[in-house]
Amino acid sequence: MEPKPRRILVAKPGLDGHDRGAKVIVRALRDAGFEVIYTGIRQTPEMIAAAALQEGVDAVGLSLLSGAHMTLFPEIVKLLRKRGLKNLLVFGGGIIPDEDARALRKAGVDRVFGPGTPLQEIVAYLNEKLAVAR
Amino acid sequence: MPAKSDLKDLIRRVRRGDHAAAARALSLVVDEDESAASLARDFFKSAGSAQKVGVCGPPGAGKSTLTGRLIGLYRARKIPVGVLAVDPSSSLSGGAFLGDRLRIMAHATDPGVFIRSLASRGMVGGLTHAIFGAVHVLEALGCAKIIVETVGTGQDEVEIASVADTVLYVTTPALGDEIQAMKAGAMEIGDVFVVNKADLAGRDKAVADLRGALGLGRAAGQAPRAWEPPVVAVSALSGEGVEALGRELDAHWAHLERSGERRERLKRQHRAELEFWIQRRVLKTALGRVDEKALKDLLSGKTDPASLGAKLLRKH
Repeated sequence: MEPKPRRILVAKPGLDGHDRGAKVIVRALRDAGFEVIYTGIRQTPEMIAAAALQEGVDAVGLSLLSGAHMTLFPEIVKLLRKRGLKNLLVFGGGIIPDEDARALRKAGVDRVFGPGTPLQEIVAYLNEKLAVAR
Repeated sequence: MPAKSDLKDLIRRVRRGDHAAAARALSLVVDEDESAASLARDFFKSAGSAQKVGVCGPPGAGKSTLTGRLIGLYRARKIPVGVLAVDPSSSLSGGAFLGDRLRIMAHATDPGVFIRSLASRGMVGGLTHAIFGAVHVLEALGCAKIIVETVGTGQDEVEIASVADTVLYVTTPALGDEIQAMKAGAMEIGDVFVVNKADLAGRDKAVADLRGALGLGRAAGQAPRAWEPPVVAVSALSGEGVEALGRELDAHWAHLERSGERRERLKRQHRAELEFWIQRRVLKTALGRVDEKALKDLLSGKTDPASLGAKLLRKH
């Protein structure tokens, strides 16, 4: 039987409205065979967690450019875990210093992609991570 | 595939209204997991318990925004609502961009609302193979209203009529004149028509054109129908006309009940679900047997398509 497409939620928490980057990721993932749900800008952590749960996604990608990643990313991870999504893969992207990226990893954000990351790298990362999971 | 006891537990949790369980059940059903058959057997018991409102119409007519408004309308009455929003899969990559949810985020954290985006996964006609199974999960979850939003292919998406109890056809003032409204296809299956974007110019003419086209049957001497599809002007953006639309949807539901048509529609839905199932099975079995050898045998004249086809269908 043919493999079922993996589902990814791409979400933008926080107050910045710059979602060109998120949209480029959405497009790249779609073209790589993923089913991508995009929920738009200015999402609260609660909204993102509820969407991830209802949509039955295999991973959540967070994009944030406002600088509030240290507050919002861990908050979202916490809410996802609270809702029972214990092993759901969470990754992120944005203007995030290396030091913060290390701290975020400890908080459950599996990987943080900085500006200029080749799209193939993100696709390859998800293919690898989601091939073993589930 | 989950263990049998886990499935039982999953079913119990769905029936208790657990969103996490419903999400998991939907994944198993949509992905056609081996466990899907036993889930479907149980969830089918709830078939027909909700009013299924199909929202169709061309891309950009405002179907998702209108769906958001309908959720608000039902939630004001404390009715549990489920939404299945279908968007197209890419025929090239198999991937999909599911963007309907974006317009409905106002209800994202309402525990009385469950929204699932579905990719069409190769099916034409505005829906997806697993649509019936997904509807039954939401019925078992306790949703009393289920809104099914189609891909938005426009003129030819008549499949929704075999899924929904009430078909809502959405158009806008800028989308054509009376001649468009006279064409066969999706226009024929609407139970309620919405001229959305009523905040734009041309609304009254669009409503009049639609009413005119819908009334042509009677002008041509056909007997009046028990239900004449109403036309409602709505601005999903401002909310204007949404209450009136809600009344028409309720009226149609009452009409189905009163006239006995509800049972007829349910029968038609079950027929379509059964046909879907058989199609999928044939697709996955007989069509999967079309291999290089079969083509070689045809090329060499050893057999012909009709004989070989019959043989492939017989093989299990």
